[in-house]
Amino acid sequence: MKVTRSMVLVSSDPESLDRGALDVFSTLQKQITKFGMEEEISLTMISDIGKSVLSPLVLVYPDAVIYGSVTTKDVPKIVEEHLYKGRIVEEKQVSAYDLSGRVAWLSARKGTLPAENRIVLKNVGLIDPENIDEYIINEGYEALGKVLNEMTPAETYKVIKNSGLRGRGGAGFPTGLKWQFVSGAKGDKKYVICNADESEPGTFKDRLVLEGDPHAIIEAMLIAAYAVGADEGYVYIRGEYNLAITRMKKAIEQARNYGLLGKNIFGTDFSFDIHIHAGAGAYICGEETALIESIEGNRGEPRSRPPYPTTAGLWQKPTLVNNVETLANIPAIIRNGADWYKAIGTPSSPGTKVYTILGNVNVTGLIEVPMGITLREVIAIYAKGMKDGSNFKLAQTGGSSGSIIPASLQDTPMDFDSFSKAGVSLGSGALLIANEDTCVVDLAKVLLNFFRQESCGKCNPCRIGNKRGYEILSNIAEGVGTLQDLNDMQVMSEQLIQLSNCGLGQTAGSPLHDILSHFRAEVEAHVKLKVCPASVCPMSGRRAFQID
Amino acid sequence: MSVEIEDTQDIQNYVRMLVKEQGHEKAELIPILHEINGKYGYISDDAIKELSKQMSIPSSHIYSVATFYRMLSTEPRGRHVIQFCESAPCHVAGGRLVWQKLTEELGLKKGETSEDNKWTLLTTSCLGVCGVGPVMVIDNDIYGNVTPEQVPGILSNYE
Repeated sequence: MKVTRSMVLVSSDPESLDRGALDVFSTLQKQITKFGMEEEISLTMISDIGKSVLSPLVLVYPDAVIYGSVTTKDVPKIVEEHLYKGRIVEEKQVSAYDLSGRVAWLSARKGTLPAENRIVLKNVGLIDPENIDEYIINEGYEALGKVLNEMTPAETYKVIKNSGLRGRGGAGFPTGLKWQFVSGAKGDKKYVICNADESEPGTFKDRLVLEGDPHAIIEAMLIAAYAVGADEGYVYIRGEYNLAITRMKKAIEQARNYGLLGKNIFGTDFSFDIHIHAGAGAYICGEETALIESIEGNRGEPRSRPPYPTTAGLWQKPTLVNNVETLANIPAIIRNGADWYKAIGTPSSPGTKVYTILGNVNVTGLIEVPMGITLREVIAIYAKGMKDGSNFKLAQTGGSSGSIIPASLQDTPMDFDSFSKAGVSLGSGALLIANEDTCVVDLAKVLLNFFRQESCGKCNPCRIGNKRGYEILSNIAEGVGTLQDLNDMQVMSEQLIQLSNCGLGQTAGSPLHDILSHFRAEVEAHVKLKVCPASVCPMSGRRAFQID
Repeated sequence: MSVEIEDTQDIQNYVRMLVKEQGHEKAELIPILHEINGKYGYISDDAIKELSKQMSIPSSHIYSVATFYRMLSTEPRGRHVIQFCESAPCHVAGGRLVWQKLTEELGLKKGETSEDNKWTLLTTSCLGVCGVGPVMVIDNDIYGNVTPEQVPGILSNYE
């Protein structure tokens, strides 16, 4: 992908095509060439962006202007006025509110570039994380003061419930509801746990929050503890995150010295203290019941549920487990209110999401943007295009437990509901963007290898399924796979998804499923033609594994 | 990371000191194993037996925990431990070729320790520094954006 000044996108859903989208496209092409702008403006026919009564649509970025009911007659004016002179053709512009279907999410942008909107990362990189005073100057512990002085515990979890915040660890469970469950659970003792065992490959958002703004997590845990009635908390940080552990320890020490942790906080009856538990290297401990087992001094093997941790968690007491990114949203929601939060993002998934951009793109790194941005926008705007002019082939979201997203889904808004409707998963927010040099068999092999090693071994579907899946993929990569192997893969992915005890095995089936549903031709080329189209797989003709 | 040949007495004293300091609650087991692993480079049978006695936890349980977690080892390791990230982001960024070069240079396969006890070569899952993949960690030093050509130079930094 070249770096261009503007991107022009033309919708191509059946309705748009019916109404002459192809003619609009070719006229746009001619007009852009007429003004000699073909080098600086990219023109793309985009995949289905949702039904709209106003199709065909023409979208212009970076201005994020949508033109509706465009005919070939309108094109010269749009090109000359908007693309050449920079003046929006207002009479053809439609507001995102008039649109139905998947494009409605654009309303969140209010007609501007999907700019970064930092809530979770508000202080990261701006304040000294080892100095509590800098956090306090930046509205720190203000939300805590507000809940302790002005709100009841029930009012507190209701604000979170009304804000629509959903868990950012990958599952997307409504946070306020979880708080309500723990609050309503019977027990003389309750715990709040911050899940900072970030081990999802390609994800390092939580590390940045822990390293850059540790007090935000302490404040959020205090608010959560007040809402659910807990007096003790744990931060479970993965053992490899040395700096995060050091910073968190220091922050807890400072908070204790200021009387923000300990007994009778702010002179109220509310008491709360936090311990740190360093992980010892096990991906599975990001699963909340495995994490609890690990704190108790056991192997990190997930429990059978129910009972859920909300009723019987750490030492069988009601326990609230929230991810770092989820918690980092809490103080801002309390300070600004549920309505403020709901206005950001999409109706089904309010707020922002932190993404880590990786892979074959020009700029990798971390962004925080409103929910609902699309992959195409991420690649063009934040990643500054594909590396060395290569072509986008697929993205892998959410580390290993996400989905493999083909280019045809790059215009699907990234929020929990749109993604689940499209049959893919947002996961933890890692976006591994790959070009045509990536082989899907090889990629799936790497993912299965990961699951094979990280499976705790407790349940058979996951322990055996991942091993067999890896062996089959290895054989395909050596050029000795058979069509029967593809059937086996399909069955195995369904069994993994349906029979595994916890989220690890359930998501381990998705790479197998995804490559067969989106890239079957490429997988079949390995089997039938004995060719790896991307020239990545060894294709030695020797079996890597003998499978009986 | 140094592997010293310590006598049983020394290990027992160290374990007793740790348990006295941190308590004998089961929740302290993993933190204590971390400490032992950090000091000796691995968790020996002697350490497990003594820990079992001090904490009143069956040694089978301690062994099962020590072998479950990647950061804990029940086998002695080389003077320098190389951890190479084999997760997808590093793989897509060119990790495959770096790994090939690394195994050639060292003459080791995954999980092996060299005869002169200098190197242990391990693979690891994501280390959370994916922005600069491919990534490898030697002892506590992180190397990012590693190319196959850089591998010999990086290895020569270690005695």
